[in-house]
Amino acid sequence: MTMSSALDITRAVNPPRAVFNDFPLGHTAGKPLESAVNREIMIATLRAFETMRTPGSIELLPFEWSPDHSWKHAGAGEGDNRAPRTEELTYQTEDDMIAAREGKLAEECIACSNWSPESRERHSAG
Amino acid sequence: MAEPSVEYIRSITRQYAKLGYKPYTWVYNTDTPPWQPLRKPLAQSRLALVASGGIYRRGQIAFHSKDDTSLRLIPTDVRTEDLRTSHFAYDPTDARRDPNVVFPIDTLRGLVREGLLGGLTEHAITFMGGIYSSRRVREEVAPTIAGYLEAERADIALLVPV
Repeated sequence: MTMSSALDITRAVNPPRAVFNDFPLGHTAGKPLESAVNREIMIATLRAFETMRTPGSIELLPFEWSPDHSWKHAGAGEGDNRAPRTEELTYQTEDDMIAAREGKLAEECIACSNWSPESRERHSAG
Repeated sequence: MAEPSVEYIRSITRQYAKLGYKPYTWVYNTDTPPWQPLRKPLAQSRLALVASGGIYRRGQIAFHSKDDTSLRLIPTDVRTEDLRTSHFAYDPTDARRDPNVVFPIDTLRGLVREGLLGGLTEHAITFMGGIYSSRRVREEVAPTIAGYLEAERADIALLVPV
């Protein structure tokens, strides 16, 4: 099941099952610190596993971000407001960078693109 | 719905043209997608959470923004306060206040406790998204994720793109 907040993109990608939650990007699964509504969204999402019968279905969920729909008109802005694309690692905080460099999670290092299910099985053996 | 949803493809295409960028080749999959019926009731199913919001766990290496195809495995018993967000393309303000908006881990754990969902795989899988080449997603990222889903014996998968 794919959750989506971008109906046109999800229609184009055409996954087997999807639910569309009409929220601003960055909120596919709900609202910050609103666990009750997020629970409802997830229950509706999981129910769709049981009710959908047709490949390519997209169920439109009934939740609303706010009664005011002005967020839909904010647009992409005049310029490109995304950060430039570089290979520099972007940590949320400097403390995270230090923690990663200290290799606190080295044993379960889960970070690297050269990991494979085979190496994963080694960790979960038994 | 009171108002039609945002047309992202049209607005991004228009913005790229205005900025003088090369047009992006959107993916249009017109074949009927594959279909696997639900094999067990939800209350007995093990769910794998797969999210592209750039979530990592404190202590893991963060993501970068140039076609980062790497994955992070996040233990599903992770402390929520150890979750971090690293992303170049969306405003992470709310995801940093509450990762559940793009990585619904507490939401899912709650439904497991309630008995509505059987359980979660040992790890959730996260990545950056924003990978410019759909070929690399199809040929590198997706098969790797599928391998993990099998290794973790997932019955169902929930994909949460941003």
